[in-house]
Amino acid sequence: MELLGNLWGEFWAVLTTLFVAAPYIIGYVLIILLMMVIWSGIKRLLTPKHDYSSLKTVTFGDESAVTSNTVASVVSIVLIFILWGAFTGSKLLPGFMHAPGPFKGEGSFEYTITTPAGDSDTATVSVVVHPTGEDVAAPQVAPGDGIAKNDAVAIPIYRSELLRVDNNDEMGRDEETFITAVDGQAIAPGNSVDVSFGRVAMSDKGTLNIIPATGMQMEPIWMPSPEAVWSRLGEIATVGYRNSTLAEHLGYSLFRVIVGFMLGALVGIPLGYAMGLSNWFRGWFDPIVEFMRPVPPLALIPLVIIWAGIGEVGKIILLFLAALWIMAIAARSGVSGVRISKVHAAYSLGASKWQIMRYVIIPNSLPEIFTGARVAMGVCWGTVVAAELVAAEKGAGMMIMVASKFQSTDIVLMGIILIGIIGFSIDMLMRQAEKWLVPWKGKG
Amino acid sequence: MSGLQIDKLSMRFDLPNGSSVQALKDVSLDLKAGELLSVLGPSGCGKTTLLNIVAGFLAPTAGTITLNGHKVSGPAAERGMVFQQGALFEWMSVRENVGFGPSMKGMPKEEKAKIVDHLLDVVGLQDFKEKAVYELSGGMQQRVALARCLANEPDVILMDEPLGALDALTREKMQGLVLKLWKETGKTIILITHSVEEALLLGERLIVMAPRPGRIHTEYRLPFAEMGVGQDLREVKKHPKFAETREEILGMIWDMEEEIMGRSEDA
Repeated sequence: MELLGNLWGEFWAVLTTLFVAAPYIIGYVLIILLMMVIWSGIKRLLTPKHDYSSLKTVTFGDESAVTSNTVASVVSIVLIFILWGAFTGSKLLPGFMHAPGPFKGEGSFEYTITTPAGDSDTATVSVVVHPTGEDVAAPQVAPGDGIAKNDAVAIPIYRSELLRVDNNDEMGRDEETFITAVDGQAIAPGNSVDVSFGRVAMSDKGTLNIIPATGMQMEPIWMPSPEAVWSRLGEIATVGYRNSTLAEHLGYSLFRVIVGFMLGALVGIPLGYAMGLSNWFRGWFDPIVEFMRPVPPLALIPLVIIWAGIGEVGKIILLFLAALWIMAIAARSGVSGVRISKVHAAYSLGASKWQIMRYVIIPNSLPEIFTGARVAMGVCWGTVVAAELVAAEKGAGMMIMVASKFQSTDIVLMGIILIGIIGFSIDMLMRQAEKWLVPWKGKG
Repeated sequence: MSGLQIDKLSMRFDLPNGSSVQALKDVSLDLKAGELLSVLGPSGCGKTTLLNIVAGFLAPTAGTITLNGHKVSGPAAERGMVFQQGALFEWMSVRENVGFGPSMKGMPKEEKAKIVDHLLDVVGLQDFKEKAVYELSGGMQQRVALARCLANEPDVILMDEPLGALDALTREKMQGLVLKLWKETGKTIILITHSVEEALLLGERLIVMAPRPGRIHTEYRLPFAEMGVGQDLREVKKHPKFAETREEILGMIWDMEEEIMGRSEDA
């Protein structure tokens, strides 16, 4: 019961997050719809439609009338980069496109102290908010008249500063003199007051916490700008990261995938054929294959590390296992999928068993095997990255894992993008190979 | 002894639930070399089973099949088969499909190419030689299937509803082609069909089979195939005897269907 309660709490937290994100999601959807309206207007102006579908009266629900709109794809991708740039203050975008950034520059606020006798005095605090990493001194200010003396402080962007403004005053908290107002608005411990450059809060002990506005942009440590990621890419490609260049990291990952997949296919395809052609082999391997198939390869990582360590052998064993079952099942269903009339036709044309195998069963199973290979390559790529996240000397996954430990978010982001691009390219290559090598797929 | 002898052929299938089905019982036939036999009958009369046994894909529970004096015991190149559809090899071009039989025998390339070229001329597909079979229409695919079968020089050609999946017009053209090939090559042909007209047009001999157990019900010897060779088949259909026989056979099959329905209603 306690578990259920906990889970409900977690679920509620997820819902709350969604609720907070809802305005942004709705905004995004509105942008999509707006772009659609704009584009259909432009298109109507540019080219009156004259293709065969222009005369269709029924398009909603007609599957053939729905194709991927290239313009939408381009706009969608461009928009991702624009949003990325806008919320990270990218220099690639003109300033007006930026989301409101953090406060930067000089600001000030006044605070009022009240003595036990009931006298009060006001002093000014000058604040300089400067970019992170720059060493900026607090400006020199004259102390001014009265009990309260002026102060100055320098704060890096996105940081806040607890400042004992009464330290230099003639009467401080030791004399029972307390800050009672900021910029003329009353303040008490635990409260805060909005000022021109952000917010001033008061701690429980009565110290002012100066919090310059952070705006809507993201701090580079959470989300670096596109150009930061790009320049990091150049740096890692030439200088390298953790003693290996980018090419080495990616090359090792790809090497593991290709070798693991090849070995898996080399064993898996004959295994699948045997299972498809012989009752005995089918019976023998069915329980093993059917059990191993639903085990996620990632779950094998600990065992593989125990047995083979974190070197290449362990990784390749893991990928071999990831590809093996997929390839075996693909080959098996490729063999069992052969139409009996094709086999009969071949026999009555005088083919021997071996010739049936060579000229009918193998070519007939190739489309299935290619589909399996595509799936297996995808799974292997995912598995290798995950395995490298756990433990590796080199590799794309290792690179982003180590980078995350040092909060080098730009490297993490770059790594994720590269991993995505490579995964996508693998899939595209496999599709292309399929088109060239088994053009008869789905035509039987 | 030449020709194809089917002697007291019986076939019983044991079902998983313990019962069994008598698909064929004491079917006997004597086909002379070069005869064209068409086989008609309601569904479940065992005509495809009969063909599969003759092809050697099934072993009968009793009876024998003898071709040119030797007993049939399995599939072989001497008995070619043409299927309804989907039996072409889509990973091969038209040329490779037609040349499949000769290739399996290890025939030299030039000799094979000659045979293939000749047959593609005969079925009118010379222009489609290098095309993939899935690029052809249904009728063209069946032409390829016929040519592929002929390329292997079988003694007997078994046709399992070869024109069943074609549209009416294509079907008429293909019926003419089958007659032409039969006359030119002099092959023994067994043709299974659902169409009474087709059976009458193409069958020099025609058997009507009856179900439960599958057996030969009536046998005809018909003049229409001879009349139809090289002629307009529509003219043949106008022959008074054609219509008369058609009605007779239709009535016969109708009664069988009725009986099956009745029996299953009783049960």
